[in-house]
Amino acid sequence: MPMTMTEKILAHAAGLESVHPGQLIMADLDMVLGNDITSPVAIKEFPSFGKEHVFDKDKIALVPDHFTPNKDIKAAEQCACVRAFAKSENITNYFEAGRVGIEHALLPEKGLVTAGDTVIGADSHTCTYGALGAFSTGVGSTDMSAGMAIGKAWFRVPETILFRLSGKLGKHVSGKDLILTIIGMIGVDGARYQAMEFGGDGYHSLTMDDRFTIANMAIEAGAKNGIFPVDDLTLSYLKEHNAKEPKIFTSDPDADYARVIDIDLCSIVPTVSYPHLPENTHPAKEGKDIKIDQVVIGSCTNGRLSDLEKAAAVLKGHKVADSVRCIVIPATQQIWLDAMHEGLFDIFVEAGCVVSTPTCGPCLGGYMGILSEGEKCVSTTNRNFVGRMGHVKSEVYLASPETAAASAITGHITDPEEIV
Amino acid sequence: MKAEGKVFRYGDNVDTDVIIPARYLNTSEKDELRKHCMEDIDPDFVKNVQQGDIIVAGKNFGCGSSREHAPIAIKASGVSCVIASTFARIFFRNSINIGLPILECPEAAAEIKAGDELSVDFSTGEIVDKTSGKTYYAEPFPEFMQRLIESGGLIGYIKENY
Repeated sequence: MPMTMTEKILAHAAGLESVHPGQLIMADLDMVLGNDITSPVAIKEFPSFGKEHVFDKDKIALVPDHFTPNKDIKAAEQCACVRAFAKSENITNYFEAGRVGIEHALLPEKGLVTAGDTVIGADSHTCTYGALGAFSTGVGSTDMSAGMAIGKAWFRVPETILFRLSGKLGKHVSGKDLILTIIGMIGVDGARYQAMEFGGDGYHSLTMDDRFTIANMAIEAGAKNGIFPVDDLTLSYLKEHNAKEPKIFTSDPDADYARVIDIDLCSIVPTVSYPHLPENTHPAKEGKDIKIDQVVIGSCTNGRLSDLEKAAAVLKGHKVADSVRCIVIPATQQIWLDAMHEGLFDIFVEAGCVVSTPTCGPCLGGYMGILSEGEKCVSTTNRNFVGRMGHVKSEVYLASPETAAASAITGHITDPEEIV
Repeated sequence: MKAEGKVFRYGDNVDTDVIIPARYLNTSEKDELRKHCMEDIDPDFVKNVQQGDIIVAGKNFGCGSSREHAPIAIKASGVSCVIASTFARIFFRNSINIGLPILECPEAAAEIKAGDELSVDFSTGEIVDKTSGKTYYAEPFPEFMQRLIESGGLIGYIKENY
């Protein structure tokens, strides 16, 4: 029976010859992830499963990244709960402040996910690792706890939408603009319960960082997972990061797709999602009238080295507008070091930006850049829901690092083409 | 299992950030979460909700983050079930896993009004709107999910089977 790569990975993980969309399976897990928000719930539930210890101390990652460095006493207590569990269960992949980074940038960087893996994470953006050719999906704390107990999770095999990419992205256009455009096209529930596979000849031209950004936001279209076929670029990334041996699954040419959507990468322009849904997309060049108070450049979506490099290239020789606070957050300690060595921090600080330690912080309205009533922020993060970054009457506009940097300079939504 | 209660009515794409804002996620205590449930979309919800009441909403209910704190907060508020046109997938599985009854029924979601009194039978999927006199039928769950629900959620199911 012909299958898509998502179906093949799930069949492999369930120990079955084949699976079909709609089928309910129990799958073996290669990695179970949690953060400082979701893990405490899972840890409290863990004894209820009646297992003495976790199923495999090497296949669990505990990444306190959301409200760290601890933002308040309650957050400190949640982190203490995760720390104590990591110690008592001798969890290999626990990351303390000073070593921790934003989970979905950190796990690939540390080589903890490889192609063909089946991964769950108690964080909705766990779909990021589909960029590596893995099946990877967000779940809740009870699923995480069950995963830690028995190394398995239940899944309904999703149908797949194929996005057949051709051409190449233009200058100052990134993977972020592509995924925002796609969400604008199909809606925030356009791929609900489904897999989004990004194929066609055009995908080879996308950098790994762009692929991470695109897979990361599959959830914003309601998808179960986003996934890229493995090519030479994937393999060299995995090798460079000492990942385990890849298991390469390829969609059959006659696989059954729920939909096929053709996209010419040359047609994508710098795009901004207006409040309060990621599907509310507009070309950046039409945003001149929207004056902003803050810019955030970072997150699991766009806090990687090339994101910072692109933002710095726009900001170089410019100043952040007097009316704007610009907050730059490298996603991991390694990215922080690399950015520093490349001199990006000189550019950011001289332009008038804040450079923060890695944290999810402002993306979900935690800390490190909360908005007051009526304030507007252009952000490279992933959600612009009501109250997402602070006050219930504040507004978040989602954009690429280049659009965010250009907007920081002018003080209003700006297409990067107008600055560089 | 049956539930009876008054309807709180919401629109499409109710996200987990409005169900329980992240500024309250520095705790996982049910009673703390309950106090802020639906705060950013309906500041009066907590004041007005009573044991057994029912949330009815449009499409893609519970979209956004994976926070199980969202169904936990709803359940802790005393809500007996959520009826929606469709559910976002993580909210869907979290609800099944923690034993918060949810029903997908586009017709009911389109027609039922705020304040209506409902009677819901989870085993048959029958939804009776006692105010309008209309009856609706939600899609029954697949057998595997029925077993999960009957076990009281994922913890009970895993203990029985693994």
